[in-house]
Amino acid sequence: MSITAVLFFFLSALALGSALMVIFSKNPVHSVLWLIATFFAISGHYILLNAQFLAIVNLIVYAGAIMVLFLFVIMLMNLNADTEPQKNKWLKMAGAVAGGCLLLVLVGALRDTEIRTHAVQMKDGNIGLIHNLGMVLFKEYVIPFEISSVLFLSAMVGAVVIGKKGD
Amino acid sequence: MPINYYIFLAVALFCIGVVGVLTRRNAIIIFMCIELMLNAVNLLLIAFSKMHHLSALALDAQTKAGTEAQLFVFFIMVVAAAEVSVGLAIIVMMYRNIHSVDVNFLNRLKH
Repeated sequence: MSITAVLFFFLSALALGSALMVIFSKNPVHSVLWLIATFFAISGHYILLNAQFLAIVNLIVYAGAIMVLFLFVIMLMNLNADTEPQKNKWLKMAGAVAGGCLLLVLVGALRDTEIRTHAVQMKDGNIGLIHNLGMVLFKEYVIPFEISSVLFLSAMVGAVVIGKKGD
Repeated sequence: MPINYYIFLAVALFCIGVVGVLTRRNAIIIFMCIELMLNAVNLLLIAFSKMHHLSALALDAQTKAGTEAQLFVFFIMVVAAAEVSVGLAIIVMMYRNIHSVDVNFLNRLKH
């Protein structure tokens, strides 16, 4: 078993375990911290696939900005474990069974596809480097890139308008 | 690494997100589970881009096939950042109006 395979299984176990802890933690702050751990594991997967630019963007945008925003909102609302209402037991069980069935159906459908013979290129290949991505982004995708700045402006205006006190 | 491993990892992460959305009542946790599902899809897109790159390499050693998929992931992250800012603003407004983030109180979207 090569070091790449060991790292793959370690990062997968870390991602799945932290993702399970996100939905099982009673305290919302702990959920946010476990979600940050999940994002670090997924960034590790990106580095393993040599998508270095996206690994860094994932860390900065998700684990940095978005999760700090979540933590900020949770602390603003002063939520903790005993204020959270729980669904009743049967609804929880029904949700878990529904999710498990979805997992079962997807795994069953994808178990024996012909795609099984294809391999993923690990740890080399240069398409994930910032030079190649930048060349394509600013040549062929410059219009969507500029439109996304308009999207950000409208999101910022929307957040300020919605969050404004009084009306 | 076979592509199947990445597919099953992404499917498992996505289903954990679905279970979280279905079993929790806190609006913020539900929102976090949606982020988890988005990340599972991003991981699968990057794995497929590297798979496509590897099969294109067999034909052309200088190929840049697969770059677009990584740019799509970049744009998904851009849209997700905008979505989170607006969504959290909505949750804060909701909390200010009804002093709760319980989704069961919000089933009529009025108070």
